Amino acid sequence: MSCELTQSVLDGYLDGELDAARSADFERHLISCPQCASALEKQEALRTSIQQAGLYERAPSTLRRKIESQYGVPHAVTPMPVKVGVLPSSWQWLAVAAAFFLALFFGWRFLPGLGANRAQIELTSAIVDAHLRSLQPGHLEDVVSTDQHTVKPWFDGKINFAPPVHDFAGDGFPLEGGRLDVVEGREVAVLVYGRRKHVINVFVWPMGEPDTSPQSGSQLGYNWVCWRSAGMEIYAVSDSSPTDLDALRKLLSE
Amino acid sequence: MSPGVEGKELDVLDSQERVRFEQLVLPHLDAAFNLARWILRGRNDAEDVAQEAMLRALRFFRGFHGGDVRAWLLQIVRNSCYTWLEKNRPMELSTEFDEELYPQPGVTPESLAIAGDNRERLTRALEGLPPRSREVLVLRELEGCSYKEIAAITSMPIGTVMSALARARQRLERALTQANAARNQEANREL
Repeated sequence: MSCELTQSVLDGYLDGELDAARSADFERHLISCPQCASALEKQEALRTSIQQAGLYERAPSTLRRKIESQYGVPHAVTPMPVKVGVLPSSWQWLAVAAAFFLALFFGWRFLPGLGANRAQIELTSAIVDAHLRSLQPGHLEDVVSTDQHTVKPWFDGKINFAPPVHDFAGDGFPLEGGRLDVVEGREVAVLVYGRRKHVINVFVWPMGEPDTSPQSGSQLGYNWVCWRSAGMEIYAVSDSSPTDLDALRKLLSE
Repeated sequence: MSPGVEGKELDVLDSQERVRFEQLVLPHLDAAFNLARWILRGRNDAEDVAQEAMLRALRFFRGFHGGDVRAWLLQIVRNSCYTWLEKNRPMELSTEFDEELYPQPGVTPESLAIAGDNRERLTRALEGLPPRSREVLVLRELEGCSYKEIAAITSMPIGTVMSALARARQRLERALTQANAARNQEANREL
């Protein structure tokens, strides 16, 4: 393997895109080629510095709201079907959106079975808003730590209940920190978990009512799951998939 | 996809499909925005183009029959970005890119002082790269896409993705080295 040929092989190796045989070939080559070894080292350092620089820029919440209002689906609560044909102009889009909201409104108002529980929907909105707020720069964590033994005592003395704090790094959900928040006037503890590139906020507050089985849904493109267990009401929200959220729920419930 | 999609007509999704769109596509809004932000080098333009791309995605959603949603969406975002660039800043696409010809965005003593910060330094270096180098780096390093996904998004063969990435990383490294050298020079002059 000559060094002229290895430049893109080096990148393939760096990206974990070579098959096992080519990977092994390249590793053998590295031993005898200081040039490639140092190039690889440089590239690895560059990658680390890119990943640590926080260059990923999330969509502003204004964009999220604009899109949502443009196609007129505020929630994934199955709405009444709106049957429309082919629509040429944006005015007519607006009319569809208006009709849609109206249908949704009356759906909730007069058909309690359809909209399920309005209080819950309002709570979900408040939680999703809190999640969006937390994604603004500098709002995510009050205590930044991957150590549950740092995060747990941090809550002591700040709130009058003890949220369950566990790190699930081994299961792909590393604990990244915690913070306090206020949702619908009540103080809540928030645990922040990472899931690949996604952030999962877990809101916890005490609740005297009996345990419930999990409920889930999505709003503004964020998925959520909530349940009550051991005297706590717990809401997990993220742009991560519903499957991920459910996996975290199971870990938290163990 | 129905033939009506091409024209002004909108293929309106029924409510179930909208819910499906919301569950499958909307979670990738950050990815869409991030890619647009880096191809266009600005948050405001990215917001407009990402919004337009999401609407196009909504319109084409019927034609999406499973597979990698993120790649499908990012392909639409990428196309929207290039269409926008052609219309608004064709210079960035027309010249076959050459670092020597391409003006480094505002390298002044002030900007170099700010560039002491790693994030700022990398942002400037990335923004100084040609769009096609920038996009593969963003897809790989920020979005964590595989070569196969990048190939699907950019319509390049996988082998080309690999060499494009290799070239992009070399360019980025060179840009960072140059920025460092310029900064040191400036620092020496001040002493």
